[in-house]
Amino acid sequence: MEKIVEVKNLELSFHTFAGEVKAIQGVNFEVYKGETLAIVGESGSGKSVTTKSIMRLLPKSSTEYKNGEILFGGKDLLKISEKEMQKVRGKDISMIFQDPMTSLNPTMTIGNQIMEPLLKHQKLSKTDARKKSIELLTLVGMPKPEMRMKQYPHQFSGGQRQRIVIAVALACNPKLLIADEPTTALDVTIQAQILELMKDLQKKIDTSIIFITHDLGVVANVADRVAVMYGGRIVEVGTVDEVFYNPQHPYTWGLLSSMPSLDATEEKLYAIPGTPPDLLDPPKGDAFALRSEYAMKIDMEQVPPLFKVSETHYAATWLLHPDAPQVDPPVAVIERMKRFPGSRYYEGNAGGVR
Amino acid sequence: MAEKLLEIKNLKQYFNVGTKNEVRAVDDVTFDIYKGETLGIVGESGCGKSTTGRTIIRLYDATGGEVIYDGVDVHAKKSKKELKAFNRKMQMIFQDPYASLNPRMKVLDIIAEGLDIHGLVKNSKERTARVHELLETVGLNREHANRYPHEFSGGQRQRLGIARALAVEPEFIIADEPISALDVSIQAQVVNLLKELQEERGLTYLFIAHDLSMVKYISDRIGVMHFGKLVEIGPAETIYTAPLHPYTQSLLSAIPLPDPAYERSRVRKSYDPTTHKYLKDEEVIMREVTPGHLVLCSQREFDAFAK
Repeated sequence: MEKIVEVKNLELSFHTFAGEVKAIQGVNFEVYKGETLAIVGESGSGKSVTTKSIMRLLPKSSTEYKNGEILFGGKDLLKISEKEMQKVRGKDISMIFQDPMTSLNPTMTIGNQIMEPLLKHQKLSKTDARKKSIELLTLVGMPKPEMRMKQYPHQFSGGQRQRIVIAVALACNPKLLIADEPTTALDVTIQAQILELMKDLQKKIDTSIIFITHDLGVVANVADRVAVMYGGRIVEVGTVDEVFYNPQHPYTWGLLSSMPSLDATEEKLYAIPGTPPDLLDPPKGDAFALRSEYAMKIDMEQVPPLFKVSETHYAATWLLHPDAPQVDPPVAVIERMKRFPGSRYYEGNAGGVR
Repeated sequence: MAEKLLEIKNLKQYFNVGTKNEVRAVDDVTFDIYKGETLGIVGESGCGKSTTGRTIIRLYDATGGEVIYDGVDVHAKKSKKELKAFNRKMQMIFQDPYASLNPRMKVLDIIAEGLDIHGLVKNSKERTARVHELLETVGLNREHANRYPHEFSGGQRQRLGIARALAVEPEFIIADEPISALDVSIQAQVVNLLKELQEERGLTYLFIAHDLSMVKYISDRIGVMHFGKLVEIGPAETIYTAPLHPYTQSLLSAIPLPDPAYERSRVRKSYDPTTHKYLKDEEVIMREVTPGHLVLCSQREFDAFAK
């Protein structure tokens, strides 16, 4: 499979008045052609920072790239000039933001906003750009596109605005689309529509998507592969089935068991104790160790490397070290593992439909 | 849970009454809340669920209808003294823990404000002791009393909001999306805290949210709202396993679950209000399909449900 983007050993810090915030501490991942990679994690885990560094959208004054490279189309995006980067942004890589209220310009008609990348990057004539924009609006399911072109963002609802943002992002058929919590501000029914639209369009134009979210339900819906981030590192990465049915990292266990299932009868929800780590002074060793009941002595001292679970599945926890004691994950996670061939709790009744 | 704590009868809350853009935010809503239960209200934004909560606690004056709390009409004219006594019984927890705490007040004063107003403590020593106790109840430390809200994380602030609501020892708490602004791992902490407090103190909750899986988890009964109307109400289990109103069905089919196999087979239903084909003279009201399970429907639909 063709790699679209490859992030290698990315390390970056923000310099703030309070000191150096080590936001990303060695992140590696790649995105293949046509796939959707979901990045999950809590606020402050570094998921948005990682993708903003791909787009080079972080403030220059306070951001320091300490290490690593981001390979896209044979170039290291961290090394190219701002002028070259402008040719990439909105053309080869585009982004959808969380809040459709603020990511559109309130003083421009939406027609002009969709035409902007077409005029800038594809050098279309105004008439052609207008035609293409109307096509795009039809593509994202906007009724009466000709009339809508002349309207301003405040004349649209939240879901419609997100459709417009998607139309802008897809105008130049990007190779990579970064969606940063695109549905968090929307209602469930509208969210479902937008997710369906994104999946549909992905098939049509064969783009790769990095999907950032903290909603595990959305991840299960859209993702081909999942990367779980915690404290500025990727702690687990694998196919969507591997991460949901055979999770290995205690943080992934915690996340999956703190979501109530709809057929749940559990008396008490599992809650991950404590709060996320302070990256001004990141903990030594495994950042999650302080909140984990599975932490061992070594977790407090040494950062675990990514251990291989399968060709596609890796997790950074010392529990996977051959010398580590075997522990039982929380009950809710064992329930999930029972459905995964290859896990030690597998019960054979595959299919997995509840 | 036979005893009714709250009866909401034909509650109406209209905005811009008499003008062109009259909004019927809550339109003829009737339901009861029983002592010691959690009633969840779900619906999309703009369906009137928050307005219902706010009207119940008198943040808005109702356009019509009654809210009867323990036999007394909340919206009837009352003396200041009666109002004060009433306010003590009913408290609210707000959605945004960043906006609902006064940034210029210390935690001690925020939590003690209710105590002061209702004269529940005699001297400052007792006041401090009470606040410390409340902080510990919600899982914070007594040292936190001398800090300002900005020094806390989102989850901790929501705990402060809960402590403030608990200070006057209310019987009934309206929680308006108390967890939507929090991270997943912190949501579970706050929900567990609310549940524990309910068991310890026999509190009654009206839990307003759009996260349906959390609502199912915390609620005994659930009401579904759509465009200012309550379309279905019943035991949580029934609403999830056997929803009758097409809107409830569509809402449930839209929730993504953290289960890839289920997600691959999930089929979303959309709701089209015109499919009801209500006739002009048909009476569309809440009808009880099975005990405790009410659906907004016409007689024709009701007969179809019964089959």
